[in-house]
Amino acid sequence: MITIRTYFFPETLEAAYEKLTERKNNAVIGGGAYLKLGSKAIGTAVDLSKLGLEYINEEETFFEIGAMTTFSKMMLNEGLNKHFTNLFQQSIEDIVGMQLKNMVTVGATIYSRYGFSDFLTALLVTDTKVKLFKAGWVSLEEFLEQGPAERDILEKIRIEKRKGFYNFQELRGSSSDYSIINLALAKEGEEYRVAVGARPTRAKLALNTMEFLQNQELTNENVKKAGDILSGELAFGTNVRGSKEYRQSMAKVLLKKALQEVSKDEN
Amino acid sequence: MKINVKINGKEKALEIAPDDYLSEVLRREGHLGVKKGCDTGSCGVCTIHVDDTAVLSCGMLAAKADGKTVTTIEGVQEKAERIRYELGKRGVDQCGYCAPGTIMSILYLEKVVKDPTEEEINRYMKGNYCRCSGYVGQLEAVKSYLEGQKHEVCE
Amino acid sequence: MKYVNDSIKKIDSEALLKGKGVYTDDLAPRDALWIKVVRSPHASAKISNIDDRLTRKVPGVEMVLTYKDLQRIPFTRAGQCYPELSPYDKFILDEYVRHVGDDVAIIVAENQKSAEMGAKRLKVSYEILDPVLDYRKAEGHATLVHPEEDNFIPVDFVGYDRKKNLACDIGFEVGEIKEALKESEVVIQKTYESQAQAQAMMETQRAYSYEDEYGRLVVVSSTQIPFHVRRTLARALDMPMSKIRVIKPRIGGGFGSKQSIHAEFYPALITKLTGKPSKIVYSRKDVFTGTTSRHKMQFDITLGATKEGKILGIEMNALSDTGAYGEHANTTVGAAGKKVLTLYNKVKACSFKGKAVYTNNLPGGALRGFGVTQGTFALESAVNELAEVLKIDPVKLREMNMINKGETTPIYNIITKGAGPEPIYMDSCELEACVEKGKELFGWENRKNQIEKEKSSLRKKGKARGTGMAIAQQGSGLPNIDMAGATIKLNDDGFFTLLVGATDIGTGSDTILSQIAAETLDVSTDKINIHASDTDVSPFDSGAYASSTTYTSGNAVIEACKKMNALIKEYGSKVLEEKIEDISFQRGNIQSTSGKEISLEEFSNKITYSMLHQQLTATGSFVPKKAAPPYMAGFAEVEVDLDTGKVEVLDFVGVVDCGTAINPVLAQVQTEGGIVQGLGMALFEEVKVSSTGKLKSNSFMEYKIPTRKDICRIQVKLIEGHDETGPYGAKSIGEVVINTVPPAIVEAIYQAVGVRIRTLPATPEKVWHGMDANKG
Repeated sequence: MITIRTYFFPETLEAAYEKLTERKNNAVIGGGAYLKLGSKAIGTAVDLSKLGLEYINEEETFFEIGAMTTFSKMMLNEGLNKHFTNLFQQSIEDIVGMQLKNMVTVGATIYSRYGFSDFLTALLVTDTKVKLFKAGWVSLEEFLEQGPAERDILEKIRIEKRKGFYNFQELRGSSSDYSIINLALAKEGEEYRVAVGARPTRAKLALNTMEFLQNQELTNENVKKAGDILSGELAFGTNVRGSKEYRQSMAKVLLKKALQEVSKDEN
Repeated sequence: MKINVKINGKEKALEIAPDDYLSEVLRREGHLGVKKGCDTGSCGVCTIHVDDTAVLSCGMLAAKADGKTVTTIEGVQEKAERIRYELGKRGVDQCGYCAPGTIMSILYLEKVVKDPTEEEINRYMKGNYCRCSGYVGQLEAVKSYLEGQKHEVCE
Repeated sequence: MKYVNDSIKKIDSEALLKGKGVYTDDLAPRDALWIKVVRSPHASAKISNIDDRLTRKVPGVEMVLTYKDLQRIPFTRAGQCYPELSPYDKFILDEYVRHVGDDVAIIVAENQKSAEMGAKRLKVSYEILDPVLDYRKAEGHATLVHPEEDNFIPVDFVGYDRKKNLACDIGFEVGEIKEALKESEVVIQKTYESQAQAQAMMETQRAYSYEDEYGRLVVVSSTQIPFHVRRTLARALDMPMSKIRVIKPRIGGGFGSKQSIHAEFYPALITKLTGKPSKIVYSRKDVFTGTTSRHKMQFDITLGATKEGKILGIEMNALSDTGAYGEHANTTVGAAGKKVLTLYNKVKACSFKGKAVYTNNLPGGALRGFGVTQGTFALESAVNELAEVLKIDPVKLREMNMINKGETTPIYNIITKGAGPEPIYMDSCELEACVEKGKELFGWENRKNQIEKEKSSLRKKGKARGTGMAIAQQGSGLPNIDMAGATIKLNDDGFFTLLVGATDIGTGSDTILSQIAAETLDVSTDKINIHASDTDVSPFDSGAYASSTTYTSGNAVIEACKKMNALIKEYGSKVLEEKIEDISFQRGNIQSTSGKEISLEEFSNKITYSMLHQQLTATGSFVPKKAAPPYMAGFAEVEVDLDTGKVEVLDFVGVVDCGTAINPVLAQVQTEGGIVQGLGMALFEEVKVSSTGKLKSNSFMEYKIPTRKDICRIQVKLIEGHDETGPYGAKSIGEVVINTVPPAIVEAIYQAVGVRIRTLPATPEKVWHGMDANKG
């Protein structure tokens, strides 16, 4: 069970930050959908929903997305889908149900760095920066790796527009379950970005695989090689949804399926 | 703490605890059509609309409803008459426990997706579990309902 | 037939679809004390100390109860007729905890938050014991799950032996199985295992209690078995049964979960102690950790047949994991043989042995299919494997060996309580028609050819398809065991009140029983007001389980209504002043052959207000005399992803023989729901436990049931049938509908990719491993 002593709707980010850092047991409330799963005793709940952080702004060279933007807004945003060849739609649409997607926020998902997340895997193959109120801009990759240096508030993210092809793949045991494993791929010019998540630990870029794929013709042999590199370079583990061995093999399969989509797109 | 919330068209000022969930508050206020099934945002039986968007009332802190418009099954009785007819005649109401949430999702689907395909209906309603019916008749009911709505609009 | 075999809307449909407050928690008094049960984090432990000082400091906490505060009375939670075939091995609270989730203490508070905070603050010290977790090693294990000496079983024929961790050890044999197998030209021997599955009804267990104006204890509960609840509460609380009243409102699904008594003990106890209203609403986690799931079972099966495909012998040895408590242990494992081996009546011999063992896993319990689902998975999988070995079409193999209309098997004489030596014929069996119709609807031959044709093009897409089928039966109530009563009362103004103890858990049985009453009385259904179930008012009914309501309770309704017809004629003759043999009662009118006539409305007003002054009521009772099994044939087509092993069911055809359906649409929905529940069981549903007995799947985030996106094209056909013993020819349908699904699907997987899944569920990883091994 969670308990909350007082509830606070700040009107500025400064006020939110001040309240958050005032006491150790104060906490930021995003969408709040997953809050219940924990067992926290929260002093003051700092709710960001009245700060105007729910937006997707398309600028000339980037998208800026407020922390309180919900998954369903991400999934349905035409600009994002057009620019990122439906990457966000693909990575969000199969998550539980619409009701949950209307509550789960971009900011809370990134800040919590969930291992099971499909969305984070997808986001990781784009050029995304995270704006923290205190620490300022930091790359998503770095943020996922290290988390915030100190308690902070995620204000927004910025996704750079790059011309490319994007694809998301996941394997589920059943339609409303978390992924056994997921993979996202971006091809921007001759450069690839590949991220694998739900390993079951959090999403990570496969740097060696990316390097290998660069300028490579997508022959069966190369696809297989890329898969071998991928399953060798990232750590996979066992949990209730799948074994390490299975995940390792399935990472290859998902890469193959994503590369097939690349070939299809190019033809 | 106090929240101001419009529930089914009525403005209310409610005294709540900061850690109250919206489903509990709504039930306390007599909206017993708001059911609870899982505590983990998985089953959808607690589905309501907040500012015309379908959400899970058992996963939403009541404080978040401050300044918002909340609609429960009690607020859509007239609107849902034909949905009840379509579900009822196919016997897919069964135990009925998931029905209010399911109906709220059908209304949400109708609002946000124009002419949904079967695939879209299933995707938008996937968050509503039903253990009794096997979903087959529910899909038929939704399709028939939406088809009927089209004619209603044309007429 | 005017009112039966008609798909009228459920009579509670509007209330349910409007979200009216008609379920247990909707009706509970606002000021009821809130109860929370503290549960064990250990699979096996002895409580060494409970420190409740912090709990008692939580504002709002009124009471903390531990085993030291309670009278020690063993009972069983199984909802079965007395004497139960289940051991009395449970106490409301005990010094020992026997599974993760077992009850440790009861916290009572003014509201939910205080109760939960109180539970959180309770400090319990345990002496952790070595758990027995592997059910294959449980029998004769050095650790006893039940070391206490005061537990017992009220019957002596189920092979209960606490000192060997045996909840039961039963069996039966027809013919000489060794001989039959020796004679067989082809013998296959295989082992199958079906998993623990959760009932996953949408409304969790819950109950509230209050003391009424006469000082009696009223318990309102979401239950399938109000009468068994009353009897068991009386025992567990050491109260006279006459002081307890159990009421069942609308129920948000059961599937067997509410055929055991769980939530009821706590509010009943608290109200008894405090005199105050109290309630408990199980969280989903309480349900997963503190109640039951389908018994996990393992089967060793030996099948012997001639080369031509005549099955000569079937040997079936079952081992069931009943977990920490033995509720329903004997009956489920027994059903896995009794209602499965009867499918193949042409064998020379068959034998069944079934053991259920205690472990420190979650208790097994009732779940739709009740052992038959497990047994059918094993036997039907084995028959499919035999077909493969014999190179005979699996449908043809069934047609050669399965039970047909008018046939029998001596097994029925063994398993039917009180049966003599006379053969018990299955006169209403339409299994043959089910198979025939299913074959046609599914396009069994064509579809196989089509798949063969498309094989290489599918393979290029990384997919393979296959088809499979299975047959199954269940029962309609339990012969000479489970009884139902019904009372019909004629009111002034000519309408009836039908009182039944039958328990509508969402299936529509209130509607169906009203239709049956209308048919028997020849009045429209709106003249029937049904009332169910309240132990103070309703006649006895064993409850909604064992596929009994339509058949058993339906027959009781007919009995009552026939008596009512006779009463109406008797008093009609007095009112019309004609001889009774000249009176008829039809379409709501009482007529004499001489042409005198009076409407039921006028008649009832007359005998109430102006003459005779008689209240007409009639009660009927019914207990099944013989098995009236419903049958089903199921056909599946699957597509398997060759890279991942993920199985997608494309199509499922289910053809059911439930005799004459009283309400065909409701029967169809039962079937569709059962197929989807079976699909979940076949592919992914599984109660998962860690190596230390911790439950990994304790929420709907971890335990997955099928959603709209998991299902396939489902076609259901009800065969026109008629059972002489059924109400207007009906048999029950609630359970049979799940049984064919897992074996049909795993066979289809085998046909697609050559992988035999003998341990459910067929997860992508298992199928992938199988494909990988085949490559090797």
